[in-house]
Amino acid sequence: MTRIPLRPLARILEARANGENPDAIEKENTRARHEDMRDRDRARAEGRLLVLGVVFFCAYAVIGVRMGMMASSEPYEPRARASSAHIVTQRADITDRHGRILATNLETHSLYAHPQQMIEPKRVATELARIFPDLDRERMIKDFSGKRKFVWIKKKISPEQKQAVHDIGDPGLLFGPREMRLYPNGRLAAHVLGGASFGKEGVDAAEVIGVAGIEKVYDTYLRDPAEGGKPLQLSLDLTVQAAAEQVLYGGMKLMNAKGAAAVLMDVHTGEVISVVSLPDFDPNDRPRPPTEGAPDDSPLFNRAVQGVYELGSTFKIFAAAQAMELGLVNPSTVIDIRGPLKWGKHRIRDFHNYGKELSVSKIIEKSSNIGTARLAMMIGGSRQREFLGKLGMLDAVPVEIVEASGSTPLLPSNWSEISTMTISYGHGISVSPMHLAAAYAAVANGGTQVRPTLLKQDGPQYGQRVMSQQVSAASRDMLRRVVTEGTASFGEVEGYAVAGKTGTADKPKPRGGYYKDKVIATFASMFPADDPKYVLILTLDEPETYALGETRRTAGWTAVPVAAEMINRVAPLLGLRPQVEPGKLAGITLTSN
Amino acid sequence: MTEMVYGAVSVREGEPVLPKWWRTVDKWVLSCILMLFGIGLLLGLAASVPLAEKNGFGAFHYVMRQAVFGGTAMVAMLITSMMSPLMVRRLAVLGFLIAFVALMGLPFLGTDFGKGAVRWYSLGFASIQPSEFLKPGFIVVAAWMMAASQEINGPPGKSFSLILATIIVLLLSLQPDFGQASLILFAWGVMYFVAGAPMVLLAGIAGAVVMAGSFAYNSSEHFARRIDGFLSPDLDPRTQLGYAANAIREGGFFGVGVGEGQVKWSLPDAHTDFIIAVAAEEYGLVLVLCIIALYSVIVVRSMLRLIRERDPFIRLAGTGLAAMFGVQAMINMGVAVRLLPAKGMTLPFVSYGGSSLIAGGIAVGMLLAFTRTRPQGEIDEIFQGRGR
Repeated sequence: MTRIPLRPLARILEARANGENPDAIEKENTRARHEDMRDRDRARAEGRLLVLGVVFFCAYAVIGVRMGMMASSEPYEPRARASSAHIVTQRADITDRHGRILATNLETHSLYAHPQQMIEPKRVATELARIFPDLDRERMIKDFSGKRKFVWIKKKISPEQKQAVHDIGDPGLLFGPREMRLYPNGRLAAHVLGGASFGKEGVDAAEVIGVAGIEKVYDTYLRDPAEGGKPLQLSLDLTVQAAAEQVLYGGMKLMNAKGAAAVLMDVHTGEVISVVSLPDFDPNDRPRPPTEGAPDDSPLFNRAVQGVYELGSTFKIFAAAQAMELGLVNPSTVIDIRGPLKWGKHRIRDFHNYGKELSVSKIIEKSSNIGTARLAMMIGGSRQREFLGKLGMLDAVPVEIVEASGSTPLLPSNWSEISTMTISYGHGISVSPMHLAAAYAAVANGGTQVRPTLLKQDGPQYGQRVMSQQVSAASRDMLRRVVTEGTASFGEVEGYAVAGKTGTADKPKPRGGYYKDKVIATFASMFPADDPKYVLILTLDEPETYALGETRRTAGWTAVPVAAEMINRVAPLLGLRPQVEPGKLAGITLTSN
Repeated sequence: MTEMVYGAVSVREGEPVLPKWWRTVDKWVLSCILMLFGIGLLLGLAASVPLAEKNGFGAFHYVMRQAVFGGTAMVAMLITSMMSPLMVRRLAVLGFLIAFVALMGLPFLGTDFGKGAVRWYSLGFASIQPSEFLKPGFIVVAAWMMAASQEINGPPGKSFSLILATIIVLLLSLQPDFGQASLILFAWGVMYFVAGAPMVLLAGIAGAVVMAGSFAYNSSEHFARRIDGFLSPDLDPRTQLGYAANAIREGGFFGVGVGEGQVKWSLPDAHTDFIIAVAAEEYGLVLVLCIIALYSVIVVRSMLRLIRERDPFIRLAGTGLAAMFGVQAMINMGVAVRLLPAKGMTLPFVSYGGSSLIAGGIAVGMLLAFTRTRPQGEIDEIFQGRGR
């Protein structure tokens, strides 16, 4: 744009020469520029005003059309259910491996109030406080007499409670149908099932969503209308689970432990037949997550999956098996176990002095740390790491509950030689009982990788081969000898030929170091030893028992007897036939007088 | 002649006031406003009966009051529309100052009538809401400032008016009254748009709004749920919106009949925010479309007349007034048909309410005054040879 200067010198000079007032030129130019600017503004404003007019017109037209659409649609009753139509209330059942119900739905009602329609708020509040002792009367009076038009009172009420509320007879109290999640077996398998709560909530229906456990992982599947309400079948066995929980609870109490966990797994399919973590909770009334204290003090904490612990000597069999697999040793190879074994500033000692040398088989049987560490030195760190990785010890367990993500193992940041040695006897690596179960299943089933699962499988699921059949058989023999001659002598269950390995690990302090008097006692077992069908891992948290004149905490005195009792109870339920030796005939005593 | 020269006999300048007013005023808009007011009374007969019953007055107590206020408002509108734009501007600026002081005094002298927001002065027989009177005053002042900024060597009026708008919005938000605050902001925005907001800025603001909206939607679950709830086609039939939607459906094309409607008994705000639902139920789509058409004629016609206007001040002030009037009606009706999220806003001239009626009368009077036919300097242009 070319702008004319307001005082063009040429014209000013000319004007001066002619005796005219030069200011008039400036004024004239200013006026011209001003008018030019106004014209431009006006042209722009014209366009924009037109746009505004069109926009307003269109907006009004839209409102009119929308009014017409609404007016031409059908009215519905204000109390119709249509508003909740988008809430999918169907949620499929969850059953055990034999189709017995673990989780189902129950028709119930919610209770809400329309305070504006309430006639006697005070009396209603008093009566409600009588029916539901957990409700606060003062609070309700405040809610009912205020400006609120809608108040939730209870999300779920029983038919008896509904009748009682109905008998109050106030028109301001109303019920909405609800479908609630029911766990008919109460605490049974609570940690697997997790729990459910209401998601999107309307007056006439509410969405039931899983909040934990398998309910959460399979939330979309369970709610998917395309599945047609087909129940989700788990690998758990209800009766076995009940027996296991009962035995474990008794064992935990007897051994004065503060917590306990047990995993029973099918070695060929990886199916978890039973998984127990104590203390537990009732999923029908799931407690709130703890806001303070250690997470494992909460009953919500799943010790079998989330509890990653140093599981101690139970790891020794992996070192022995790998050394045999690599051809470094055979069961009768003699290893020097003179102690203490010094490595840098670290010293490795045994629980007892087992002499100068032991065979590999005896090292497992006696549970010698020094001997295992020597085996690990022969194997080397990288091969050890690879082997443990194949057994699934380096990643979170893939079981189908949300808590599985909490099972990520704690590994040494630097897999040094001392780590290699300590890991070989289960220190310096923290895994969950579920990890251990999968790894023992691999040893037990002939040497193939096992992927633990909570869903029922159709047949054996053999993964990658980890060790040869022969090594697997030799390892089982060693484990069997641990029970018959070694540290787990209390583990013998007549007819079921239990094989296993004990593990007692000092609990780490939260700020580093280890407690002297707090241990995690573990018994990792398989039965029957000649052709194992099941693996049972049983862990007691801080057990303590008094026997033969001293306080005992080792797994052989704590976890093993409990595991033996559990096998005694569940093996018949699993359909295993005891292999009974023809025994001596009992003398017949006539009791008739 | 001598007397005339020396001023002893008054000289009539131009033609008499009333004939000139009748010749130049926008008779279409005027008749639309009168019709709206009539419809308001008609609906008041239906919608305010439950309120009167609840408060223990005679059935048509509120209709009488509405008629009295409405008469006052019509007189105010006619008087205002007869003034010259200059006169309107002077009085509006004075009125704005008074209303502004009154608004600032609210926290100390105002009352909230138990509704939680301090917006009113109680005068015993009636109450006054200063923000209703502030709106038209603010529009005139802001238009004046923006027009001044379009002069060469004029003051930076656009910035001044923005600062003023911000102060008022803050004051209103403190009450809190976000509805009025957003109206003020909207009116300023429209005026700024017509006064020549740079395109880049407009595009930037639009982009920023979209970005902020999607960011809020993605990052805040609460916000997302609100939006989803608004977008979802289903509606709990026991909310106000549910009742309103149902009333519109019940009414159908020709309504359920005069006095037969039910929604007014259920909705506490049937006589103010949801009066369009009462109209739809009792008189059907026909009356609702009439009301929409009336508002649309008032707004669109005023804007088309303002296109021809050459004076920047008149153009801006008229635009602001028309836009505010139109958008208020639009929000009210848009909420009832669920095109907009719920927000309490009265339907100008139709809803019950003294302050809003009189202030609305004054505002529309100003609009009429600004849209009157007046010479637009065509003769000057012909004389100066600049005609286009």
